[in-house]
Amino acid sequence: MDAAVGIPLLEIRDLTIEFATRRGKVRAVEHVDVSVAKGETLGIVGESGSGKSVTSYAVMRILDRAGRIAEGSIAFSGIDVKAAAESDMRDLRGREISMIFQNPRAALNPIRKVGRQIEDVLLRHVQAAPRDAKAKAIEILKQVRIARPEERYHAYPFELSGGMCQRIVIALALACRPQLLIADEPTTGLDVTTQKAVMDLVVELTHARAMSTILITHDLGLAAAYCDRVVVMERGRVVETAPSSVIFTAPSHPYTRKLMRATPRPGVSLRDLLPDSEATPPPAPAAAADTAPLLVVENLVKEYPRQGTRKSLFKRKAAAEGPFRAVDGIGFEVGRGESVGLVGESGCGKSTTSMMVMRLTDPTSGTIRFAGEDIGTIAARRFATLPQRRRIQMVFQDPTDSLNPRFTALRAIADPILRLGDIRGGAALRARCEELARLVGLPLDLLDRFPHQLSGGQKARVGIARAIALNPELVILDEPTAALDVSVQAVVLNLLQDLKARLGMSYLFVSHDLYVVRMLCDRVIVMRQGKIVEEGPTEQVMNAPAADYTRELLSAIPHPPV
Amino acid sequence: MTARAQTGAPPARSSFALLRHARYVIGENPVTGIAFAIFVLLVVAALLGPLVTPYDPLASDTSATLRAPSAKHWFGTDQLGRDIFSRVVAATRLDLGIAIFSVALVFALGGLSGIAAGFFGGWVDRVVCRIADTIMAFPLFVLAMGIVAALGNTVTNIVIATAIINFPLYARVARAEANVRREAGFVMAARLCGNGELRILLTQILPNIMPIMMVQMSLTMGYAILNAAGLSFIGLGVRPPTPEWGIMVAEGAAFIVSGEWWIAFFPGLALMLAVFCFNLLGDGLRDIVDPQRRT
Repeated sequence: MDAAVGIPLLEIRDLTIEFATRRGKVRAVEHVDVSVAKGETLGIVGESGSGKSVTSYAVMRILDRAGRIAEGSIAFSGIDVKAAAESDMRDLRGREISMIFQNPRAALNPIRKVGRQIEDVLLRHVQAAPRDAKAKAIEILKQVRIARPEERYHAYPFELSGGMCQRIVIALALACRPQLLIADEPTTGLDVTTQKAVMDLVVELTHARAMSTILITHDLGLAAAYCDRVVVMERGRVVETAPSSVIFTAPSHPYTRKLMRATPRPGVSLRDLLPDSEATPPPAPAAAADTAPLLVVENLVKEYPRQGTRKSLFKRKAAAEGPFRAVDGIGFEVGRGESVGLVGESGCGKSTTSMMVMRLTDPTSGTIRFAGEDIGTIAARRFATLPQRRRIQMVFQDPTDSLNPRFTALRAIADPILRLGDIRGGAALRARCEELARLVGLPLDLLDRFPHQLSGGQKARVGIARAIALNPELVILDEPTAALDVSVQAVVLNLLQDLKARLGMSYLFVSHDLYVVRMLCDRVIVMRQGKIVEEGPTEQVMNAPAADYTRELLSAIPHPPV
Repeated sequence: MTARAQTGAPPARSSFALLRHARYVIGENPVTGIAFAIFVLLVVAALLGPLVTPYDPLASDTSATLRAPSAKHWFGTDQLGRDIFSRVVAATRLDLGIAIFSVALVFALGGLSGIAAGFFGGWVDRVVCRIADTIMAFPLFVLAMGIVAALGNTVTNIVIATAIINFPLYARVARAEANVRREAGFVMAARLCGNGELRILLTQILPNIMPIMMVQMSLTMGYAILNAAGLSFIGLGVRPPTPEWGIMVAEGAAFIVSGEWWIAFFPGLALMLAVFCFNLLGDGLRDIVDPQRRT
């Protein structure tokens, strides 16, 4: 504990929160002690289900109906939050404590101008009179670095980018100069460069106002870069509390050490991410294949009609700028047994590229040659039932969304075999599925379960088993670990590497995270605005980036000081 | 087919879980339990029907006309001396039958075309939506009257008319649900697995929409019963002396003024209970099939 000056602003003592569920009461948070001093930035770090968000909801007293504070106390600058009247809490929320949520777009009212939304908060807490509310709202927009605030005052949330929306949410949260800001995963879903800009802004504004901040995150790097003190939570309990400089250099609790290890960072290999006991020597890579590249993409273009250029009854805008080019004449190769990373921020065209290579979307022009055959000319609609389909497969970003909720794990894995494979008969099929399950490390008794009965990591394994069921030659990995906790991510990445070595597949790894790509890929392609800005061997791109944009991407990733 | 053989085993487990879940939902919400009880009662009456009634529902007894409810005639007798209790029970089969067949028909027509419209979009979508719009442009009961009058006064035509007027409801719900799932990850994954578009529609989209359609079916079931009874009430469809709730209410209406309230009251009560039961069942079914409630 660092030297707390006087009484802490927020003091949580022995907090236990219970949720009433079908199977009786479940304790989401148990005996948690947290305190936040005035002007301090506290990070609460933990994986999903660790109770970090629930703790902060209890501070605001916005737990849903099933949850209640069973034991302990929460004191905010002398006020007992547990016992306070609901009307007092309403005054407290927004004026004294405010919150930033994960999805900025969902936190804003979609049909109200952002300027009006800021005014609403100001008026609610009597921070402005109706006549000067607009001027104050514009002033606040200026403070969160929104360019042309007078104009943006009239913008609706859908007209702004994700980063800009999060700035508006920050503006809303800070409008009444609260004493405590709770930021719940404020940058999840934002690009790394946007994340850096948003976090820098939050820190600058809160420091300038001597505010306290609680930053809730799953990202140790983020917590290390921006917090004074870090609380690590595991399964509803606080396992470690220490100043951030101490926690990353000398983590004392095994769970913290495990988390630290699993976080991708410069200078480590995939095996280093796993705890010592689980790290087995990697299998020997498959024999070097022939030199002809497996996939050759040349001059690939995908155009979409620009918004508002479509013929409409009321607006008939001329298509002056021409269609929007999501992918703008790119070309690259993937060799046999090679893994290539495709990196870029959202909207750079990396997903569109992977969809075209996958033959789920038709390119506007250009060629996609797979094993010498031009597959770009086959219509996406027809490709699904062709024999070539089995040679290119994909692992999707969201393991939950990509599994049919009404199919068991077994049925999901069997699907490609039934449609395109040559194994027939229930017993043989089941045997093959069990073999695949063993290959991806999925316990066999989970095969008869439905997706909602599986954890995130298990669902990811089902998705991988399904993708490799037909022994494809090329697998496209579309951010396969983006929705997973770091410790699960470490396991899944290792699994992918082992599978590649064992089965001799090629990977096209689509990701925004350069550190993850670095560990898994031989070569990296960096994309921006539909074009390739840099391409080369991974080590070269990471250590001596040639393009300014790559350097910017690399420097924006927060990482623990190792 | 191997696909079927594969899916055969797990559902046995899941239907057991569903039963347990159903018991939980009913325990949470006793009204759903009541609705299920009425439903079971209706089904028993429809199945056994004439076998359990104390009198022949068609036999008239001129010596005992217009008797008030008593121990001998629980619901009293009508102007021809027929036992109203027997007639109310016997009518269940017909009324429930009309409702079930029309709902099944409209699910096959409206549900499937709605799913196709939502999934394929384009001209399929436009055709289905315009058909639905055209039907919606008429007062629905008047449309049903017109259809029965034009096609002929039979039970089959009541079923068809009821199905047609419910078409937009099913097509629109199914279309909206299919539309949101069109770009879902599992649909793309199914394409990668080599499923054709039609197979994706039937094996991936349809099973995911079934829960919502089941609720929709339960809700329209009540409406279908009411509609069939309404048509009979104004003299279309089922003809006397066939026991049917709508006709019985129509026949009894004239006697209310003279004090013989029971002739119209009991069939009306049966009608009300049936509609009430299906509407409540919809709520309960939603709770049972909604995976978010299954924690």
